[in-house]
Amino acid sequence: MLSEYLPVLLLFGLAVAFAVGSLVVSSLVGPRVPNPTKLAAYESGNIPLADVRNTRFSVKFYMVAMLFLIFDIEVVFIYPWAVVFRELGWFGLGQMALFIGILGVAFVYEIGRGGLEWD
Amino acid sequence: MEQPLWVPVLQAVVVFAYYLLITAVLIWAERRVVARMQSRLGPNRVGPFGILQTLVDGAKMFFKEDITPGMVNKVIYNLAPLVGVIAGFLVVAVIPIGGEVTLFGETFTLVVADLSIGVLWILALSSIHVYSVFLAGWASNSPYPLLGGIRSSAQMISYEIAQGLAVASVVIYAGSLRVSDIVAAQSGPGFIDGVPAWYAIPLFPAFLVFVIGMVAEAGRPPFDLAEAEGELVGGFNTEYSGMRFGMFMLAEFMSVVTMSAIVVPLFLGGPAGPTFGLPDSVAWVMPILWFFLKMVGFIFFFILLRGAMPRYRYDKLMNLGWKVLIPVALVWTLVTATFVLIEEAGGLPAGTRLGLAVAAAVILLVLLFGGRASAPDTRSVAKAPDITAGRTPALDEPGSADLQATDHQEVAP
Repeated sequence: MLSEYLPVLLLFGLAVAFAVGSLVVSSLVGPRVPNPTKLAAYESGNIPLADVRNTRFSVKFYMVAMLFLIFDIEVVFIYPWAVVFRELGWFGLGQMALFIGILGVAFVYEIGRGGLEWD
Repeated sequence: MEQPLWVPVLQAVVVFAYYLLITAVLIWAERRVVARMQSRLGPNRVGPFGILQTLVDGAKMFFKEDITPGMVNKVIYNLAPLVGVIAGFLVVAVIPIGGEVTLFGETFTLVVADLSIGVLWILALSSIHVYSVFLAGWASNSPYPLLGGIRSSAQMISYEIAQGLAVASVVIYAGSLRVSDIVAAQSGPGFIDGVPAWYAIPLFPAFLVFVIGMVAEAGRPPFDLAEAEGELVGGFNTEYSGMRFGMFMLAEFMSVVTMSAIVVPLFLGGPAGPTFGLPDSVAWVMPILWFFLKMVGFIFFFILLRGAMPRYRYDKLMNLGWKVLIPVALVWTLVTATFVLIEEAGGLPAGTRLGLAVAAAVILLVLLFGGRASAPDTRSVAKAPDITAGRTPALDEPGSADLQATDHQEVAP
């Protein structure tokens, strides 16, 4: 069973070797002439002002992340059911519909309250 | 089924080289095709038709300075580009690039591993790409990369759900997570004679959701918000240079290839196709050719999209993902399950089936295009009352026509 994964491991090794190898070769043959301007944060040529620890971004992204968690868990629940749902039959479908329905109500409520508006 | 060690080694090497080569050719082809669409020539100097341009550009990357700015978090900064490339190569491990091949007395399939959890593998590994983008943006400790990283990870996770749900209906239809089972379930005749039983036809809404989702996942135009250079300089990879930047470029272009490769076994029957009665000694080439052609079709679609479409606005992008694709995919998952169970129970008469198909098509079209026509852009609607607020002239009031005209002009820009 586990031997199935041997070629995957080989592919992983190849990919790692390729990526790390490229970076190592590049660091060997590439120039290295640092100066303070190069090492500073790039802000389109301005003298860097922003301290990124204080950079704010919209709270909407947190909302998206939380909704993502809910829906990704839903997707994760759907997959095992999708594989065996022929055995579970109408009862399984009903339960899954109930589950999706409960989430769907919350989803419609979320949209109705403007939780997904970007303005 | 004992195989000598060289078989898995050969499978891994062939798949690795295959996707690396196609990615290199894709970069060249994209530059050529987009150049043609813009009445330019494109790269045409290095090699025939400039086909070696990518190779030269890649080699150039080695000799460029790889700057590590002072403020970055060094470990994660160095790790992020590797994660993207390695995950990109691993996604394709379960995709068969051809049929069975006999070499030196050993018969094997041209796939790295036909895992029993193949579809999960695809979804899991393609989600890892988000880490590369987000960690790169975060570890750079710089404003533009941070904003770009957050923005594109929000985009990717939103469309990932829609894609996951679209693939769920494929799993429901096939009843297996193994890619070879899904491909096998699509062989044989379809509903109508002469049309293959590809899942793109019975599961067309899921196919549509998946294709839109894969453009967004790959961060390609029109959904290339990650690198909206007018707003974010370069997005999450602004602070990267030299070969590490090259790794991000490779990962991005490779996700075009891997996404095109993923959609083929899931919705377009994989490497299966007619062999035109060729003898067995050459017939093994045909699956490789079919897979290649189907994949190249999607790659070409990606390139044409880039040449033809302007960049989407971010709020519209999120609206499309959350309010259109996810509901459509969710409903379609349940509809598919219902139909599979009806089919198990004996099936519907042909007339009912046709009627339902027409009804579904009408509902889908109304959902997709009806809403847009009746509801104009929300921003201009929201603005309009603000300007006239506090003074609502009656229609018969003198000068109201003028007022309305000026209001209209104020709204327009």
